[in-house]
Amino acid sequence: MSATLLQKVWDAHTVRRLPNGQTQLFIGLHLIHEVTTPQAFDMLRARGWTVRYPERTIATVDHIVPTQDQRRPFRDLMAEDMLSALERNCRGAGIRLFDLASGAQGIVHVIGPELGLTQPGVTIACGDSHTSTHGAFGAVAFGIGTSQVRDVLASQCIAIDTLKVRRIRVTGALVRGVYAKDVILEIIRRLGVNGGVGYAYEYAGDTVERMTMDERMTICNMSIEGGARVGYVNPDQVTFDYLRGRRFAPQGDTFDTACTWWSSIASDRDASYDDEVSIDASAIRPTVTWGINPGQSVYVDEPLPAPTGGDRAGVGEALEFMGFTAGRRISGTRIDVAFVGSCTNARLSDLREAARIVRGRHVAPHVRALVVPGSQPVRLAAEREGLDRVFIEAGFDWRGAGCSMCLAMNPDKLEGREICASSSNRNFKGRQGSPTGRTLLMSPAMVAAAAVAGEIVDVREMADGD
Amino acid sequence: MGIERIRQLAGRALPVRGDNVDTDRIIPARFLRSVTFEGLEDHLFEDDRRQLEADGQCHPTADPRYAGASILLVNANFGCGSSREHAPQAIRRSGIRAVAGQSFSEIFFGNSVALGMPCVTLDPATIETLMSAVESDPSLHAEIDLDAMTLTLAGTSYPVALPPGSRESFLDGSWDATGLLLDRFEEVDATAARLPYLQWS
Repeated sequence: MSATLLQKVWDAHTVRRLPNGQTQLFIGLHLIHEVTTPQAFDMLRARGWTVRYPERTIATVDHIVPTQDQRRPFRDLMAEDMLSALERNCRGAGIRLFDLASGAQGIVHVIGPELGLTQPGVTIACGDSHTSTHGAFGAVAFGIGTSQVRDVLASQCIAIDTLKVRRIRVTGALVRGVYAKDVILEIIRRLGVNGGVGYAYEYAGDTVERMTMDERMTICNMSIEGGARVGYVNPDQVTFDYLRGRRFAPQGDTFDTACTWWSSIASDRDASYDDEVSIDASAIRPTVTWGINPGQSVYVDEPLPAPTGGDRAGVGEALEFMGFTAGRRISGTRIDVAFVGSCTNARLSDLREAARIVRGRHVAPHVRALVVPGSQPVRLAAEREGLDRVFIEAGFDWRGAGCSMCLAMNPDKLEGREICASSSNRNFKGRQGSPTGRTLLMSPAMVAAAAVAGEIVDVREMADGD
Repeated sequence: MGIERIRQLAGRALPVRGDNVDTDRIIPARFLRSVTFEGLEDHLFEDDRRQLEADGQCHPTADPRYAGASILLVNANFGCGSSREHAPQAIRRSGIRAVAGQSFSEIFFGNSVALGMPCVTLDPATIETLMSAVESDPSLHAEIDLDAMTLTLAGTSYPVALPPGSRESFLDGSWDATGLLLDRFEEVDATAARLPYLQWS
């Protein structure tokens, strides 16, 4: 019988059907970080339970790490406390931790793939909503809360309801200056920020098939912004080529065995879906959010909507918070901060695209600009290519790896009403650390262009730097 | 650990209006800088509260008329965004026992189940009726009954929805799932033994 990847992976990991009708699902890979786990370890200890599959949990530190002075103990004592707790918990349970001294530390959703831990057909859970990123490899990956982190530590399982599957077929060539980020912002705008509730999104179509793993990760990463807890792409040769030779990927002959299994778990051609949607990629233009949720976006040359129709209250609230007026274009909006970073867009290819724009140019005098690589290996690879010099000479700060200004749990944050051109994933009120700060989401190239121009500009109209 | 069955939750209600209220608003990230959940309730909706105060208004969670409420009334896609359990923790620790709204983000919903805090759904028109009634008279008595699947406000009952698995887990006390997941652990090991990728390394 034909089936989708979701169904096949789900079936392979189903331990049993629980009396309440939910599935007891085995978790093949559990990723943890310092923010959502200390309480889970405490709960475990309080109940006298141990970690049953310690080798299936991998830890790193990303949310609270400072990106400038990373010497221990951190000057930020609370951050030091949180990191110490993670170190203690990992040591006690025998969990491998990729810390700042490891050379492999970084945003959990960047290092999982980089290390080859993220593989097709694996169920992956992490106390972080952007766990959907790992779906780019054909994994079934989702965010969980701290009580479920406790469950996974204790039992390597969670209790979960089954998901429906919506296939999103993206077809056509992207025009120059349009990126995976624009595609996912388009999908969220079209289907809504809660359109994916109850669904896994399967991204398909020739546009997605042509994408690199980095691009597929950007798409899957923001599935949750469309309400879908899970987003995935069927594994193919691009996936296998990415994984070959990575530290935790199968080695030698086993790799070929793995490829056979990985191919077998892809959705069958005649699989049936609960819903299907088509997107014409060739019509997408560089996209920028103007509001307070990731569905509130426009093309860079498009006027902002008026507070009329069904979502009158939402549009009105967003325009008021942002201080924007309906009918004007987002281009020309003066920015204060430019941030290239986050689990959405801080991989090497993202840094290259941003660098291509800023090379030989300079950040506008009124703009504070920073690049925060997604991981230590990304940072090192970028430095080997001289990207750090490109950014530094252009007036960007070149930082250590971490989540940084995506959610501002470390010292990197907006001040007051500042406007930030950001390659991250959320434009919620207060997201970047100032309750009144404003976030405009866009591709890394668009952030770079805005940093140089000092305002939102259309990257299609900006030639490469020299 | 004893099993706590959750069937009926009653008290006064607290309306918080707006679609797509994200978890960053419910509990801003700076309050996640802690190794415990203790005291989170003090920062529930803190930034929204401060913004309204600055404008001479009052957020419902700071409004004394709603003090001591047990049932939170919300609109659509409540709890979207970050998976932080700190959001339902802050709500639960403020005294709220159940949430009723048009729809919820999946992760928020699951986190709330794990805390024994049901999130039931009603149609938008009913939500509006309930919110308006409570705003006019915050003393009204509300009750959610997971057996009857109703929300009753001031004597009038409205049907509520809850996925059957979650409903069952409240009624039979298995919402705190760890014990259940550890039960029959040989089946977990058997599942692991069948997974090809666990045999590769």
